[in-house]
Amino acid sequence: MTNSSSNRSNGGSSVWQARWALFRKSAAANWALFAENPVGLIGLGIILFFLLLVILHPILLNTVWDPNVYNPINGFDPQSPVNPAPPSARHLLGTAPQGQDILSQLMFSARNEFILAVLAATVTVTMTTTLGAIAAYYGGVIDNVIMRIVDLVIMVPALSILIVVSGLFELSIVQLALVIGLISAFGASTVVIKSQALSIKVKPYIEAARVAGGGDFHIIFRHLLPNLMPIALLYMMFSVTGAIFSEAVLAFLGLLEVDMSWGIMLNTTRNLGFILDFSNRWYLIFPAGLSITLLSSAFYLVGRALDEIVNPRLRQR
Amino acid sequence: MSTENVIEVKNLTMEYSTRKGNVSAVDNVSFSIKRGQALGLVGESGCGKTSIAKSLLKLLPDNAMIQQGQIVLNGKDMVPLPEEEMRKHRWSEISMVFQAAMNAFNPVYTVGDQIIEAIETHLPDVSEKDARVKIENLFRMVGLAPEMVDRYPHEYSGGMRQRAVIAMALSCDPDIIIADEPTTALDVIVQDSILKEITTLQDRLNMSMVYISHDVAVIAEVSDRVGVMYAGRMVELADTEEIFIRPIHPYTYALMQSFPSVTGPKRELVALPGEPPDLLHPPKGCRFHPRCPNRIEKCDQEQPEWKDYGDNHFCACWNPMEIN
Amino acid sequence: MSNQPLIKVEGLRKLYPIDGGVFRKPSSFNHAVDGLNFEIGHGESLGLVGESGCGKSTTGKMLVKLFEPSDGSVKLQVGDSYINVSNIDRNSRKDFRRNVQMIFQDPYESMNPRMTIFDIVGEPLAVQDIGTISEREERVAEFLEMVGLTPASSFMFRYPHELSGGQRQRVAIARALVIEPAFVVADEPTSMLDVSIRTGVMKLMQDLAERLNVTYLYITHDLAVARYMCDRIAVMYLGKIVEIGPTEELLSNPRHPYTKALLSAVPIPDPRIKRDAVQIEGGISKAIDPQPQCRFYARCPIRDEHCKTHDHPPLEVKGNGMQVACYKVPVE
Repeated sequence: MTNSSSNRSNGGSSVWQARWALFRKSAAANWALFAENPVGLIGLGIILFFLLLVILHPILLNTVWDPNVYNPINGFDPQSPVNPAPPSARHLLGTAPQGQDILSQLMFSARNEFILAVLAATVTVTMTTTLGAIAAYYGGVIDNVIMRIVDLVIMVPALSILIVVSGLFELSIVQLALVIGLISAFGASTVVIKSQALSIKVKPYIEAARVAGGGDFHIIFRHLLPNLMPIALLYMMFSVTGAIFSEAVLAFLGLLEVDMSWGIMLNTTRNLGFILDFSNRWYLIFPAGLSITLLSSAFYLVGRALDEIVNPRLRQR
Repeated sequence: MSTENVIEVKNLTMEYSTRKGNVSAVDNVSFSIKRGQALGLVGESGCGKTSIAKSLLKLLPDNAMIQQGQIVLNGKDMVPLPEEEMRKHRWSEISMVFQAAMNAFNPVYTVGDQIIEAIETHLPDVSEKDARVKIENLFRMVGLAPEMVDRYPHEYSGGMRQRAVIAMALSCDPDIIIADEPTTALDVIVQDSILKEITTLQDRLNMSMVYISHDVAVIAEVSDRVGVMYAGRMVELADTEEIFIRPIHPYTYALMQSFPSVTGPKRELVALPGEPPDLLHPPKGCRFHPRCPNRIEKCDQEQPEWKDYGDNHFCACWNPMEIN
Repeated sequence: MSNQPLIKVEGLRKLYPIDGGVFRKPSSFNHAVDGLNFEIGHGESLGLVGESGCGKSTTGKMLVKLFEPSDGSVKLQVGDSYINVSNIDRNSRKDFRRNVQMIFQDPYESMNPRMTIFDIVGEPLAVQDIGTISEREERVAEFLEMVGLTPASSFMFRYPHELSGGQRQRVAIARALVIEPAFVVADEPTSMLDVSIRTGVMKLMQDLAERLNVTYLYITHDLAVARYMCDRIAVMYLGKIVEIGPTEELLSNPRHPYTKALLSAVPIPDPRIKRDAVQIEGGISKAIDPQPQCRFYARCPIRDEHCKTHDHPPLEVKGNGMQVACYKVPVE
């Protein structure tokens, strides 16, 4: 959280030690606050569960699972020639219409979801804070240009932009993450961050920094951004939710060039005509659908819990 | 001035419960105010003076609890009264001039409408027409043009708003008004005229007042009697002239010595070392002892007694200033 | 040190446009600060006193270059020559920032809550690239001890919210003095502090001014505080200085009717002394496109036709080192 503009000598080690101690202390205090809130813990628990799936998948494929049978993309089990098949001891969640193991697909997809989520959210947060801070600090023409782009992006629903973009170019998961990040960077969160930055800009400590001799760069990066970080982190959690959801919709519509994802799983189910037969083919719909809901709401819950740390007024006495 | 006590506070103790523990905001405070008398409560931020005001009106936040004591208003103890009962006494017997006059009025209604509403709720027998006449009279009394009744709060300057707040406090003919830092945000010339207004009205209506301020000079000018608060306790209580001439408690003495004046010889200001204590963990014994120049051995062990020094002069100190 | 003043303010003005938009030219102006002339000598402390809205803070902020003046100049002596503050090149800018600092009113809002005391006090050193990080650490510690925050090591790596108001204002003083400036603007530095804390901070500012040879412009609404902090006092009313002179003379023998009113309105912490009644009525407004007449005309108890028909009176020496802007005050 704290870093000085220069650390030219090695003699400053005591300063860095003190800062490290402070960082640990504040992390511990924030964790204690977070841990008080069951909502956040539930969210975190779900996220950790899915992370576990991501880690376990390659291990399972290398040990217990026969790669030819359990490969999530082109695996096929000769022992169960009729697909899709309902859950059994060999295939805990059943098999997909083309014979892949659904559990394996689910676990493999989770990795893509995390890549997408983290990447999109990082892009969003970095850009919204910088854009918001710059718009608030400079005002005038720069502010106007940024805010008009924001207006445009808010006016046109993000999903329709995404559909057009992914219709024009076949997007990989990383490209999709960048596009989603970019679109939400010019979204409503920028307006929120900018208004927050405006309220910080008029604080006397900004004047004090200027009297101390600090230039624009110093004020933006040393004073504005650190004070925007907590709220930016909050929006990061919420944009993760949006990213997972958007991916699912695009994949479901068949607009993504992704080897496997929860959206693709549903897309395959729909393409082969099983989507309306929920009572018999629930295992084709339910696991992927539930995972999308669970993971995106988990990030939302963590966001809600962080909100209470960032805004102490929401906390109960 | 009659001898009848309008309000009597006995052993009032109030605590706030917070995440970190209980804050002892008011500890065993007693005083009484006669009809027509003005009591000044002076002390620094966090000394409990505003908490006393809130307790007297029973306008306490949810986490505050009156632990013990009585607040006897016109012969009736207010402490056990439920909120609906208390509402009948508030404004008509005891009312308040708030510190933040800026926020005292709702910006979307005229000031007059808001005062009429207050009158109608507390004095249901008064018709709207009578209430209006009453407000116009009150406005004249506090030095506002009667036309201002139909104006919105943003059309008032800071001083005018404070006057309107005073008019509102007077609207239900209370026996006692609590003025919590009534002029703190105002410039001196406006402060001067408002303080004059209040003291004149007080004399005319034979009202009792509680002035709460951090400003020793303001308290010196408007009060008949002064109570000095420190860290939730009252340390000294006496008539105004008496306490300024013959302060007994070392804190009272220090407070007066550290207060600059524009007139008279330029005397050396005395700085008090240290800071007021954290009321989550108040010091044992006398709460002032860590900063006290007069401290003796038992100061950090036993809480000093509330002792009568004659002439209606009370003080809680083990080693008082030399009295001469 | 030379006999020449450290600060020379000449014809300083700040006008704020009213009603202006992007496409419309502003039709009227608020004359927040209107033609100030004064000087501050080396090691002197000048008090700028007045009610809210009189332009005292705006003046202070122009002197530290937080605001740009609409007109006029502020000159700062560096070495043997003066630099013009509102029109400076890169080199002089560096000199300016090393020599001019400010102490703010609000000890809570004037510190970034996410910075440690070390970072706050060390900020001027860090942005002006003075010393290595360990040298800065030593210097910050030295100044923390100097302002009475001892031992410095127990304050360096704490956050402002862990300190009391008085301690924070000491930190603010350390921050302003850590680069040893020649000139400090102190904008109501004690008005938010409790009485028992305030005296200590006032004394500290005086001690340090002497030790480090600092010149203050002390902005306050409180004449009693100004009495203890300032060698000279300038009283402002609606953007103009109406009276300026040595502190004790101004307080004991005020000449301008506004100064008189201001003084008689100050409550006295002694119930035995009754003060004179305040002679003026009405409240302070804003100087929006002011008439060419005395600014105080509308409220003045001694006005006459001459005051109404003539421009705002200039500051003139009336005796005992007092300069007063009033046609009715005789020269002694």
